[in-house]
Amino acid sequence: MAIKIVKNAAGRSVPLEINGQKVIPFQGVGKHRPEGRKYSPPIPTCSDYPDDGNKVVGSLEEALRKCGIRDGMTISTHHHLRDGDLVSNKIFEIASEMGIKDLVWFPSASFPCNDPIIKYLDDGTINRIEGSMNGPLGRYVSDGKMKGTAVLRSHGGRVQAIQDGEVKIDIAVLAAPTADSYGNAKGTGGKSACGVIGYAKADSMYATKVIVVTDNLIDLPCFPMEIEGNYVDYVVVVDKIGIPEKIVSGTTQITKSPDRLLIADLTAAFLEKSGILKDGVTMQAGAGGTSLAIAVFVDEILKKKGWKSKFGFGGSTKYMVKMLEEGQMGFILDAQAFDLDAVKSVENNPNHIPFPVFNAYNYHSKGNLTSMMDIMILGATEVDLNFNGNVVTHSDGYLLHGIGGWQNCLHARNVILPIPLFRDRIPVIVDEVTTLCGPGELIDVIITERGIAINPLRTDLIDSVKGSGLPIKTLKELKDEAEKICGKPQKPLFDEEIVAAIKWVDGTVIDVVRKIKQ
Amino acid sequence: MKKSIAIAGNSGSKIRSDCEITLELKNGGGIIIDLNSKVKVLYGESIKELTVEILKFYGIKNANVKITDTGALPFVIAARLECAVKQLINTDLEYLPEFISENAYSTTRDRFRFSRLYLPGNTPGLMINAGLHSADGIILDLEDSVAPEKKDEARILVRNALRQINFLGAERMVRINQGEKGLEDLHFIIAHNVNLILIPKCESTDYVKRVDQEITKIKSTLKLNLNNTFLMPIIESALGIENAFDIARASENIVGMAIGLEDYTADLGVQRTKEGRESLYARTRLVNASKAAGIQPIDSVFSDVGDMEALKQNVVISKALGFEGMGCIHPRQIPVIRQGFSPDEAEIEKSKKIVLAYTDAKNKGLGVVALGSKMIDPPVVARAQKTIDLAIRMRFISSDWIDHIPTEEKL
Repeated sequence: MAIKIVKNAAGRSVPLEINGQKVIPFQGVGKHRPEGRKYSPPIPTCSDYPDDGNKVVGSLEEALRKCGIRDGMTISTHHHLRDGDLVSNKIFEIASEMGIKDLVWFPSASFPCNDPIIKYLDDGTINRIEGSMNGPLGRYVSDGKMKGTAVLRSHGGRVQAIQDGEVKIDIAVLAAPTADSYGNAKGTGGKSACGVIGYAKADSMYATKVIVVTDNLIDLPCFPMEIEGNYVDYVVVVDKIGIPEKIVSGTTQITKSPDRLLIADLTAAFLEKSGILKDGVTMQAGAGGTSLAIAVFVDEILKKKGWKSKFGFGGSTKYMVKMLEEGQMGFILDAQAFDLDAVKSVENNPNHIPFPVFNAYNYHSKGNLTSMMDIMILGATEVDLNFNGNVVTHSDGYLLHGIGGWQNCLHARNVILPIPLFRDRIPVIVDEVTTLCGPGELIDVIITERGIAINPLRTDLIDSVKGSGLPIKTLKELKDEAEKICGKPQKPLFDEEIVAAIKWVDGTVIDVVRKIKQ
Repeated sequence: MKKSIAIAGNSGSKIRSDCEITLELKNGGGIIIDLNSKVKVLYGESIKELTVEILKFYGIKNANVKITDTGALPFVIAARLECAVKQLINTDLEYLPEFISENAYSTTRDRFRFSRLYLPGNTPGLMINAGLHSADGIILDLEDSVAPEKKDEARILVRNALRQINFLGAERMVRINQGEKGLEDLHFIIAHNVNLILIPKCESTDYVKRVDQEITKIKSTLKLNLNNTFLMPIIESALGIENAFDIARASENIVGMAIGLEDYTADLGVQRTKEGRESLYARTRLVNASKAAGIQPIDSVFSDVGDMEALKQNVVISKALGFEGMGCIHPRQIPVIRQGFSPDEAEIEKSKKIVLAYTDAKNKGLGVVALGSKMIDPPVVARAQKTIDLAIRMRFISSDWIDHIPTEEKL
């Protein structure tokens, strides 16, 4: 029977069922009311675990067997080892050899190093991925080659899905730079230090079985622990969980591109002239070259004015660390450390605090850190005339990025998207986004090298920059300008087949990605 | 027929916004296009249509065309294809993309030329957004930044860029090659509203005069109502410095004279230093010659693009010596240079008062402008207005600043 397709509150056609599970169409921002109680994993008993607390087993395969791995299970991993991850692929290599089929891989993100996973999608070991899909994995999905339907969630949406029982993790395999034999684990120390492993916290609490994999086993207690041993079933010691130089970049760099620097200039000027940059400001910017340039320019303004940011929310980089050390920033609350300086800082500076997304991004919780942030600097692959944003597909229709924390961050007071008006010849402002990831009502300002567009809903911001000399334009004017230069693009052609679902932060379906017409 | 296969343009992992076209003329089979483009889904059809249209324009009915595209804009694709065609057939036909109306502006002899951004003439990716960086001038360079074997395709690309890229009010400049090649360059560009021609390595008045005559000749053949084409000779040798005053007066159209210190120091056989003591004589001599001839002296580019502090110091010295501008080789140098040469806050405030007084007098129908008890002459008002315009262009103040002045201040 064909699955019923309905129009959701954003006007997007979405199915009522995905991968055999009923789903709720997007209802509007803050409209969906969750019901029932949180999911809970089975109750364990101490009597099943060694009295001496030593949960170390011989190999990952042994641990997976002891966890009772079988067809159709959901296996989760975290992405703190980024492009240096040696653990995730190994799980499926083992499962494939064991002849296990139809697993669901539930990573907090995937990286180019995970491209070999395609092999296990091809041979049936994995049915589908519920998580971000970049590069070749995204292309694989867009070409309709994955058996199941991909489900993309934000970092906070992932936690929400775990907590609400939308996704029931059978086995969480959590790579840990440092751990003890009881399963306490942290992101600092050892040769594969990544700083923090906060994305794994929800997995450890809600999965039926939890395996910690480390290459740096230390004596109990591993402190301060981010993963608590009480949640852990087995500990596996391996030679290497990751490739250090790919886990953290040696150093993150601000962009050298004159156009990107111009965007950063304009962004800093907008933040200053609109008055949203002020003493005590709270701000988050990513680790991309433009965001880093903005952070540096903001730092200069803070210094000039003698202001201080109360705290910054990481992704932390050396630039944030510098602000913390020089006194322009009170604290760094950190979900992931991007470079070596950040890793070192989180280990040594008591004001650089590991902060699991669990506490920060989950929409189904009693408050949300992102809504307390004053300034949020984000990117997008496309923005449409209604300020709707897309971060997962490119204008050519291919799925190429994960959502990351993007949707969660949209709840900040001032959401600013500094983006180039066109990338090579590809316009960024479109009539309608290829894939809707964030509703326009939450996106406040688009800053391009050719002008700044403010969401008409933000009359306060519009008033604040009157007479500032900033190049304020409408999105339509910016779009026309780009099309005059680049030409009007054709639309990509899609088949009916749905290859991926995009979840909103509350677990509802905000849009789907369809297969590219070959 | 010359040869049968032609290649034009650039491709490779580091190339962006460009394309490489391989054209092979055939005796039958029609036009076959092999398009490999990163924007194929979005622009594949339009790239093919453009290709067919251009080949038709040149009367080519049968050809294999291979296009490797990294997001080239249509005028770039057109330039590359035209260049490939011209390697295979003899033709004087030019496939001209639309001349956008925004590009028709003229410039004046005395406009500010604080910062002029050099752009390599065969690198389209750097041209498209060049106007955004608020340089007073944009120099499309056909000389040193273009490899000898790429000179032909650079001319066509620069011509198309002059027609299609909006440099947003920057003075539209081209640096031509030396000698006969430079004179040939003029035939590609003069018809497309070049505001100023930079003439490299000038040593005597002869060549400057030839350039001037060639421009006049081209303009009279075109019978178009064209804007002024100003000239800026660049002095880059000891002999050039000795002849600087004569060169400065070689043509009515000369508005400024620049110094090129890399070549000059090489000619002297000395190292170029950041302090520039070795070129002090040349620089002051050039400034004096320029001032005596009533044109703008322009300082050499500063080549360390990473060191903004040293650049800043350099500008201070340059301004103190009497220079009125400096070349830029990276957009990030522009604000530093403009800031260095441009009016400061006090000057802007004073100009605001003068303009306000003038507006006030005009509104009241008064013939005489006064600020307090002081009478203000028209040239002073004009100069103040220029300062205000510049401050707006540099985003020091808003274009509607006058509406934000409290009424009591206006009076």
